[in-house]
Amino acid sequence: MSILITAQTTFIVQGITGREAVNLTRENLDYGAKIIGGVTPGRAGRDVYGVPVYDCVRDIVKAHGQPEGAIVSVPPRFTKDAVFEAIENGIKTIVIVTENIPRGQVAQMVELANLRGARIIGPNCLGIISPDEAKMGGVGGPAANTRQAYTKGPIGVMSRSGGMTTEIASTLTAAGLGQSTCVSIGGDAIIGTSYAELMPFFEADDETKAIAIYSEPGGRMEAELAEWVKENNSRLPIVAFMAGRFMDEMKGMRFGHAGTIVEGKEDTTAEKIERMEAAGIAVAERIEEIPGLIRSALSSKGIEV
Amino acid sequence: MRFYEYESKALFAKHGLPLGTRQVVNSAAEARAAAEAIGGPTVIKGQVLSGGRMKAGAVKFADTPDEAAAEFEAVLPVIVNGESARSILIEEKSPIAHEYFVSVTWDGRRKLPVVLFSDMGGIDIEEVAETHPEHLSRTHFSTILPLSERVAKEAIGAVGVTGSDLNKLVPIVYKLIQLFLEYDLTLAEINPLAKLDDGRFIVLDGHLDMEAEARGDHKALLAELGIGDDETRQARPPTEFEIAGARVNAVDHRGVAGNVVEFDGNLGLIIGAGGGSLTLFDAVRKQGGKPANYCEIGGNPSMSKVKNLTKLILSKPGVDKIAVMMNVVSNTRVDIVARGVIKGCIEAGKDPAEVIAIFRIPGAWEDEGFKILAKHGVEYCDRSVSMYEAAGRACAKMGSN
Amino acid sequence: MPGMFIDVEVDAKVAADAELTKKLVEVCTVSIFAAKDDGTLDIVEDNLDECVLCDLCIQAAPKGTVRVKKLYE
Repeated sequence: MSILITAQTTFIVQGITGREAVNLTRENLDYGAKIIGGVTPGRAGRDVYGVPVYDCVRDIVKAHGQPEGAIVSVPPRFTKDAVFEAIENGIKTIVIVTENIPRGQVAQMVELANLRGARIIGPNCLGIISPDEAKMGGVGGPAANTRQAYTKGPIGVMSRSGGMTTEIASTLTAAGLGQSTCVSIGGDAIIGTSYAELMPFFEADDETKAIAIYSEPGGRMEAELAEWVKENNSRLPIVAFMAGRFMDEMKGMRFGHAGTIVEGKEDTTAEKIERMEAAGIAVAERIEEIPGLIRSALSSKGIEV
Repeated sequence: MRFYEYESKALFAKHGLPLGTRQVVNSAAEARAAAEAIGGPTVIKGQVLSGGRMKAGAVKFADTPDEAAAEFEAVLPVIVNGESARSILIEEKSPIAHEYFVSVTWDGRRKLPVVLFSDMGGIDIEEVAETHPEHLSRTHFSTILPLSERVAKEAIGAVGVTGSDLNKLVPIVYKLIQLFLEYDLTLAEINPLAKLDDGRFIVLDGHLDMEAEARGDHKALLAELGIGDDETRQARPPTEFEIAGARVNAVDHRGVAGNVVEFDGNLGLIIGAGGGSLTLFDAVRKQGGKPANYCEIGGNPSMSKVKNLTKLILSKPGVDKIAVMMNVVSNTRVDIVARGVIKGCIEAGKDPAEVIAIFRIPGAWEDEGFKILAKHGVEYCDRSVSMYEAAGRACAKMGSN
Repeated sequence: MPGMFIDVEVDAKVAADAELTKKLVEVCTVSIFAAKDDGTLDIVEDNLDECVLCDLCIQAAPKGTVRVKKLYE
């Protein structure tokens, strides 16, 4: 099983003729993705690795039927319009790769998505992968690299960092722990889908036995997850890696993602670690500690992986 | 990106929010003249970006122009959280009947903007939230449905304000909401918002923060306020080195090789990406390394961008070696980064094999990348060496372990 | 002059062809190819090391007429 996407999921790439989009189109196709069309206004009639290019999403729907998902890889200035276009054309799962979008615009995208029953992953993310099933986004890179880092198995991964999604998966894979679905949720202050919002999907997925997350300073997302875990009596043990501990001493400075800036006491790593540990989430200081922590959490529940 | 009080007030004035008579002054003589023109008691405030200036002694009161001149001299040298005043704002001091608090910000959990309103202004709002939660309202509003004054009315009414005070407050709060949206602010706060003895409302102090990502959309406003492109408006002003790093990133839109922050160590860091940099910086510090800088590469930067960043870091006095490290990469390419750092070393007149302490970037196109590194004799490692261990190897080479 | 890592060779016949030149300029995402005033091909040496090995130029021209060389092999 997987969450959010399956091997049958059809999707499109908006901004498909751009440098990054060309790359990720090839990478996704090589991993088996069903990309039915791409959009770059004014470039209708071209193709990118065999994927036909259209001026707008509507034309893809007309020619090929309703796609389920969209990867949005257009410059920040055009992202809101592209996302609105995807939503208004019936697309339900939207991965926004673009970064540096002001949060007011992200909030608008999320609000419209909520109105229309669509889900946004990102922005500033690398997308979703269910190993050996499908991927949607740049996560893992070229198909060969992706297969090397990601293997099928019982661990769900969520990460505010796209790169660290693969680092964690690769570490799990090396330790013999495969992954059910890994979601790069994005590093901005406002994102489409948070850890806590993904938890019900993992909770409902029989294949998933435990969760690993990458967390960092800034925002209340870890606190929200800790609350969710407590309130819902989750069956899934969670191990969190906490990066950016040095930032606690450097309030108001910006390191890492846009979402990391420490504005108040609740944003610090110390505070987050305390909240997560209080909710029973184990916190790792090094990535390589994650597999061991997961195994011991599972074996205390009588589950061996 | 934070605005100084005088800049915030200039923006408030531009949009018709009620303010006291005020003037930015840069000498005691100017302060005296300004106080004379105001013609009554004044308040003298040091212009700093960090909070806590009242406690630090950067806010003083004066009854006469002579006192205003004296207090100017007293306030000017005050350092607030390591920050000296950019200038001094002198403002009329009016008799206050009551103080309110209003703030518009983003709620990352609800993913909506929220108006915080309190009839207990002037004090720490987190304290109000804790001790008098019924005096602090939180009113979320839509960013896509039509906006109207009712949001302001509900925010104010929720703490029990009614009568003519409610009707006078609504347009002020509504304007603040509009400012917040129009200028892509992450925070628009008025505290205190004062009701004077004569029944008028005025903004006593304000605090605006603009989202860094939106600066390009508001060039006209920033120019009008005199805020230069190089002013990062973080907790401290940027160094020359950091400004040069920002330029490396800005001249080429392909990927990121920036967010350079200067430290005083001997190990130059070319690290990435967003999360990986935080992880690696922690790992270097934990193992006794002395970073010369923080930075982030990612999003598949061009070869030349990596090259220029490498040259910049190698040009920093005191940098002995560089460590090139990232998490397993997906869209950034190992071979492109390898080309960039090697070319950067060579153009800086250094031997890559000597000056690169460790290259640990596994992932996309690593086979090509490792061939390039091997050819130039650079020590590299794959994913079987953890980020922590790779950072440890670099630290060991610096003799600081 | 080749780059430090990459060199691109294009057969003279292709380089003289305005149509193919236009195609090469269009497909390259890192601007290694440019058209001269007369429409013939110009190779931008400064951009050679930016090559991402996407093969789009190789596919755009007749087989074997555009060659991308890795100088580190």
